[in-house]
Amino acid sequence: MTVAVTPAPVDLTRAALSVRRRIVNRIATLAIALALLVALVPLALVTYTVVSKGLDVMSWRFLTDNIVNSPRRAGGGMWPAILGTLLITGTAALMAIPLGVFGAIYLNEYGKQKPLARVIRTMADVMTGVPSIVMGLFIYVTVVLAFNQSGLAGALALACLMLPVVIRSSEEMFRLVPDELRQASLALGARRWRTTVTVVLPAAISGITSGAMLAIARAAGETAPVVLVTAIVFRPEWNLLEPNTTLPQQIFNNASQPFAVANQRAWGAALTLIAIVLLATLIARFIASRYSIKER
Amino acid sequence: MTDTRISLTTKGGGVRADRLFRFSALAAGLLVLAILALILVTTSREAWPVFADEGLSFLTSKTWDPASNEFGALAFVYGTVIVSLISLLIAVPVSLGIALFLTELAPRRLRAPAVTVIDLLAAIPSVVFGLWGILVVAPALYKLYQALHDTLGGVPVIGSLFGTPVGGGRSFMTAGIILAIMIIPIITSISREVFATVPSSDKQAAYALGATRWEMIKGAVFPHSFGGLVGAVMLGLGRAMGETIAVALTIGAATQITPNLFAGGNAMPSVIVLEFSESTGEWTAALIGLGVFLFVITVLVNVLARLVVNRAEIRMKGAVA
Repeated sequence: MTVAVTPAPVDLTRAALSVRRRIVNRIATLAIALALLVALVPLALVTYTVVSKGLDVMSWRFLTDNIVNSPRRAGGGMWPAILGTLLITGTAALMAIPLGVFGAIYLNEYGKQKPLARVIRTMADVMTGVPSIVMGLFIYVTVVLAFNQSGLAGALALACLMLPVVIRSSEEMFRLVPDELRQASLALGARRWRTTVTVVLPAAISGITSGAMLAIARAAGETAPVVLVTAIVFRPEWNLLEPNTTLPQQIFNNASQPFAVANQRAWGAALTLIAIVLLATLIARFIASRYSIKER
Repeated sequence: MTDTRISLTTKGGGVRADRLFRFSALAAGLLVLAILALILVTTSREAWPVFADEGLSFLTSKTWDPASNEFGALAFVYGTVIVSLISLLIAVPVSLGIALFLTELAPRRLRAPAVTVIDLLAAIPSVVFGLWGILVVAPALYKLYQALHDTLGGVPVIGSLFGTPVGGGRSFMTAGIILAIMIIPIITSISREVFATVPSSDKQAAYALGATRWEMIKGAVFPHSFGGLVGAVMLGLGRAMGETIAVALTIGAATQITPNLFAGGNAMPSVIVLEFSESTGEWTAALIGLGVFLFVITVLVNVLARLVVNRAEIRMKGAVA
């Protein structure tokens, strides 16, 4: 640069960047934006394939007929699997959600930062990472070996998978409840349990519900534990103590068959399952957005 | 006149209800610890015959022959390692990219839809990914594998990775790719949280020194979030090692150890679900033993990951203050 009497203003525009730095920056920015596209493509492809192939077999009879007992035969429906999915997931939710909320109450209202509470919190996080197949084996050795394969065993396995998710999401929601509410209730002479049940719980219930619905959606799509512990049936089974079947299990069985008719059934079952999961997720989002605004 | 005095002591009804409530809450919390302990105890007991019979060779022998009661799971350990590695190699850069996009790059109105994409990806059941993998992706990739084998197969050393593809395309590679799609959401969401903790003063300082956006990310964001990112990757690894159904459908179900990424293999969780219904006696015990091993590893990985993430978070909070 030439020396001037008054210093020339430094060029701070983009043009002053060296070519190498400019190009590197461009490439990096582009790569970062592309990453989202990489995730978007499989999502779009999966959704498109499931919907288009699923609609080919979708009909009223597909949703209401019994399952054919030989995979190479055409036709048949998924009603027993739909019923099984709803029954087993519903039973699992009935077990896991109250227990999970209770656990979260302990963590947030009683345990707080005590060593035991911190251990439980970390272990709940760890438990969300336990593979679902291990939960299936656990229920197999404790329940199935003692009794028999049943819908209830499947529900127990799913409940074990849901429990830590419900605990952690509910605890987050309890933490958002302002302490003033608790203090006000306690100051009015309400006991701890009454404060928790009538003040804290209602304030957090929308968040808890949406967390629980997400846990239900995850559990409804679980396959591995169900394959191990519920056996399989071809007719609707309302008794939870008897063997049962679910949509994920039907998808798994039909997907690995070499017969085109079986593969078609798998696509149909996948569409049905995704519809159920999506419905649960949407309900969760609706509840969360609807009530979270009203709270404060 | 009526007596308006009220009792403010802890006596009277309700103490018992309070105690009962507290006790039930504690019991529900302890249930988590109880279940984890029970998993370890009950499954190990059931798998004991095989541990006693095979000893260490359960993990070091590659002979898995149920007919002659020989159970060496090395091939499945190998499959799990290879498939997890492939999936991490694909998923980590993509996830970090998405997380950076969300925290540093995306305009505000693009953020919510982008998060929805990731949430939806996480909401698709793994069996549906498996179905898509076996019927659509594997046959499509088979042609690509063939082309890669033809061009790279002859190259020394790395050529062995690109061996003859197995018919139908169900292989380590296919399973790894499907798995990568499935672990992107978890790595993305954790690294997003980690990136969000980088203090904006650091970023502005980098810009003030004349850094471009990429130089700012390299110099301010990455060093600050390194610990948290390690944790995020480990959580992804934990998920990848335990994923069962999608891998079972796409990996090809063969018991072999080969460097050929386009060959069929098997992983620990998938061999359990594929062989469980036909197994008896010691075979069942061996499969349960695989489950025990898988449980111990995933718990270790998860505990470590949580410790790393927590420590990183504490350090970051310290830096902000």
